[in-house]
Amino acid sequence: MKLSQLRPGQTGIIKEFTDLEMSIKLMEMGCLPGESIVVERFAPLGDPMAITVSGYQLSLRKLEASTIILH
Amino acid sequence: MNGDLKVALVGNPNTGKSTLFNILTGLNQKIGNFPGITVDKKTGNCRLSDGRNAVIIDLPGTYSLYPKSKDETIVFEVLADKNNDVHPDLVIIVSDASNLKRNLLLYTQVADMKIPVVIALNMMDLARKSGTHIDIDALSTRLGVQVVPISARQGENIEKLKEAIQFSSAIPLQNETIKVESIAPGLISKIQEELLIDHPYAALQLAHQHENLRFLSSQESDRIEEIEQEFSFHSQKAQASETIERYNFINSVLKETVRQETNAVSETVSNKIDKVLTHKVWGFLIFFVLLFVIFQSIFAWSEYPMSLIESLFVWLTESAHNVLPPGVLTDLLTDGVIAGLSGVLVFIPQIAILFAFISVLEDTGYMSRVTFMLDKVMRKVGLSGKSVVPMIGGLACAVPSIMSTRNIENWKDRMITIMVTPLVSCSARLPIYTVLISLVVPDKKVAGLINLQGVALMAMYVISIITAIFVAWVMKYLLRAREKGYFIMELPVYRLPRWDNVLLTMYEKVKTFVVEAGKVIIAISIVLWVLATYGPPGKHAAIEKKYSSAEYINKYSPDELELHRSSELLETSFAGVIGKAIEPAIVPLGYDWKIGIALITSFAAREVFVGTMATIYSVNNDDSHISSVTDKMRQARNPETGLPVFTLASSFSLMIFYAFAMQCMSTLAVVYRETKSWKWPLIQFAYMTALAYIASFIVFNLLK
Repeated sequence: MKLSQLRPGQTGIIKEFTDLEMSIKLMEMGCLPGESIVVERFAPLGDPMAITVSGYQLSLRKLEASTIILH
Repeated sequence: MNGDLKVALVGNPNTGKSTLFNILTGLNQKIGNFPGITVDKKTGNCRLSDGRNAVIIDLPGTYSLYPKSKDETIVFEVLADKNNDVHPDLVIIVSDASNLKRNLLLYTQVADMKIPVVIALNMMDLARKSGTHIDIDALSTRLGVQVVPISARQGENIEKLKEAIQFSSAIPLQNETIKVESIAPGLISKIQEELLIDHPYAALQLAHQHENLRFLSSQESDRIEEIEQEFSFHSQKAQASETIERYNFINSVLKETVRQETNAVSETVSNKIDKVLTHKVWGFLIFFVLLFVIFQSIFAWSEYPMSLIESLFVWLTESAHNVLPPGVLTDLLTDGVIAGLSGVLVFIPQIAILFAFISVLEDTGYMSRVTFMLDKVMRKVGLSGKSVVPMIGGLACAVPSIMSTRNIENWKDRMITIMVTPLVSCSARLPIYTVLISLVVPDKKVAGLINLQGVALMAMYVISIITAIFVAWVMKYLLRAREKGYFIMELPVYRLPRWDNVLLTMYEKVKTFVVEAGKVIIAISIVLWVLATYGPPGKHAAIEKKYSSAEYINKYSPDELELHRSSELLETSFAGVIGKAIEPAIVPLGYDWKIGIALITSFAAREVFVGTMATIYSVNNDDSHISSVTDKMRQARNPETGLPVFTLASSFSLMIFYAFAMQCMSTLAVVYRETKSWKWPLIQFAYMTALAYIASFIVFNLLK
C-alpha cells in the first residue's frame, strides 16, 4: 500500500521507501520507518496532499507520497 | 566583523528565527551579500550585559546540513570554513519546542561540527498549549548544552538567552550524539588525515558536499573524490543511514525528557481553519476576495502618499531652481537626478503595502495554504504554487513582486516567475491604456450596460496575464533545472501576525529597493536627461535664437512660447535624432518618429509616455490637461499622407507594445539585484522587446 492511495482520515505506518533520494528528504522531515501517518486532506484540485507526521503537518505531492510504502 | 563574539542563528524554517534575530538586534541590522550567491547576509549587533558586543548572524532556515537548494549550502559553508568572515564562535539552534523531534535533527548535525552550541527552545507557549511537557534540565544534561526556553513573539526569556550567550564556553562541551565514524569507516579518518580536518563529522560532510563548496580548492575536492572511489562511498546511502541513526538517538533523548499529552489543541484548531480555507469552493473564493482586497488597497492606499511624494519633488525641483543659479548643473540636478530619484521614491508606498500584506500572509501561515491549493495548476505551466502571489502583485508593480520571489526555493520556478512577472500589466501601463483607449474606442454602451472602453481596458489585462502564463509554459522547456523540484513542505499551524515584524519587513524591503535599485535608476535618468537636453551642435542655438527674436515673442504668450520652444528643442535633441533614426524600424508597427521619442524616453518608466507625448505635442503637462493631450494626439496627422497618426490600428499596436515591452528600468535593476547577474535582465529585456515588436506588428497589420 502506498501513502498516495490512502483517503483523508486514514492512517498508516511507514514501512519503507522506493526512491532513495526522496527517502532522504522525507526522513529529514520526520517521515521515518515505523512512524505513523494520518492523511488530513487533499488540495482542492486533488494534488498535493497534507499529512500529519511526528506531530506536525506536512504537504507533499502525490508523486512523492507514492514512494512511501506503508505496512 | 567588528565584535567580541560571533553568534550564528541556525534553525528550521518557521521556528521564529527571524523574530529572534530582530529582537536581539533591533534596528541594528546590516543586510549584505554572501559573495557570489543570492543569499542575504543578515548581521546585527547585540550588546551583552558584561559590555561585550555580540555580532548576530542570521543564516537561512534549513531542515538539515544537507542542502536542498543552493542557498542552503551557505549554512554548512559558514560552519565549516574557519576563514569565513562570519564563522561563528557560538551557534544558537533555534528550535520549535512544539515539534522538537524534527528540530533536533539539525541540532545533532551542528553539534557534531564541534562548535559551541546553545539551544533556544522557542514557541514554549505553543508547546504547553499542545500538551508537550519538556524537562529542560534533563534535556540540557542529556545533550550537554545550555537549553533556554524562550518565546520570541512574547519576548519571554530573551535576557536569559543573552546570559547564555555571555556565559557560553569557548570550547564545545556537547555530548556525543551518534558514532559518526561508523557511517563511513576508513573514509572519514583518511579525509581528516589528508585535509587536516579536526572533527570526523566535518570530514563526512566534506565527502558529501565537496563539489559545491567554494572554500575547497579543486585539488582538495579531487582528492576527496579519489578517496571516495577508494572506499566506494555511496553518498545517498550514507546519508540515509546517518539520518536513521540520528533519529534513533533523538528518540532515546526525547523518551527521557519529553512527555506528550494526547491531542494537540492548536493542531485541531488549525485543522478546522484549514477545512474552510482550503475548501474546494470556499478556499478559492476566499483567496480571490483576499487578492481583490490586496490589489485594491495597493491602489487606494498608495494614491495619497504617492501624490504627496510627487508634490514634494515638484516643490524640491522648484526650490532648487529658485535657490541655485540657473545653468546646466542646476538642470542636471533637477531634471536628471531629482527626477530620477522621484521615479524611485514614488514606488515606496506600493512596495510597503504589498510587503505588509505578504508578511501578514506568511506570518499567519496562510501563504503555504495558497501554495498548497494552487500548486497543481501552476506546475502545469512551469511555475509553482509559490508563483501566485508575485504574479498577482505584478498587477500593481513588478518591482516589489520580483523582490517577493525569494520565497520560492526552487531555482527554476523562481527564475521563470521573475521572467514573466513584468508581463503582467502593472499600474504604470494604466495611464497609457486610458489615453489611447479614449482616443480610438468610442465611449459607448453595448446592451445598455457594458462600456466598450471598459471592455478594451479589461482585454489588455487579460491579454497580459495569458501571455505571462504562455511564456512561463515555453520557458519550462527552455530552462534547465538545477535541482529536482520538491514539494515536501511544512504546513505551519495558523498564528496571529506579529505587527512589529510586519513593520520591519516593510522598512527592510523599502530600504533595499531605494538603495539598490536607486543607484541604477539615477544613473540611467542622467543619461536620458542628457539625450533629451542636448543635440547635435548648432541646431539648438538656432532654435534658441529663433524663439528669442522679437517676431516670436510678440506672436505667442510667454507660456506658449516656452512650450513651442521646448517641443522643438526635444525634436532636435539626441533623443529626437534617435527617434528619427529608429523610424524605419517602427513604421511597420504604425508609429512615427515622435512616438519613437516617447518609446526612448519611456524606457526609464512607462508613465513617462504621457508626459513625453504632452511635450512633443506642446500641451501643458499636468493631469487636468490629459484631455488636451488626447485632443492634440487626435489632431496629429502624418505630414506626407495627411492621415491621422493615431488610428485604431496604431493605437492598439502601441498599447500591445507597452503591454509586452520591458520599458521599466526599475524592474531591470531589481532583476539584476535578485539574480546577481546582468544575464537575466538582458535576456528579459531582449525577449520582451522582441515579443512586443512582433505582437504589435501583427496587431497593426490585422487592424489596418
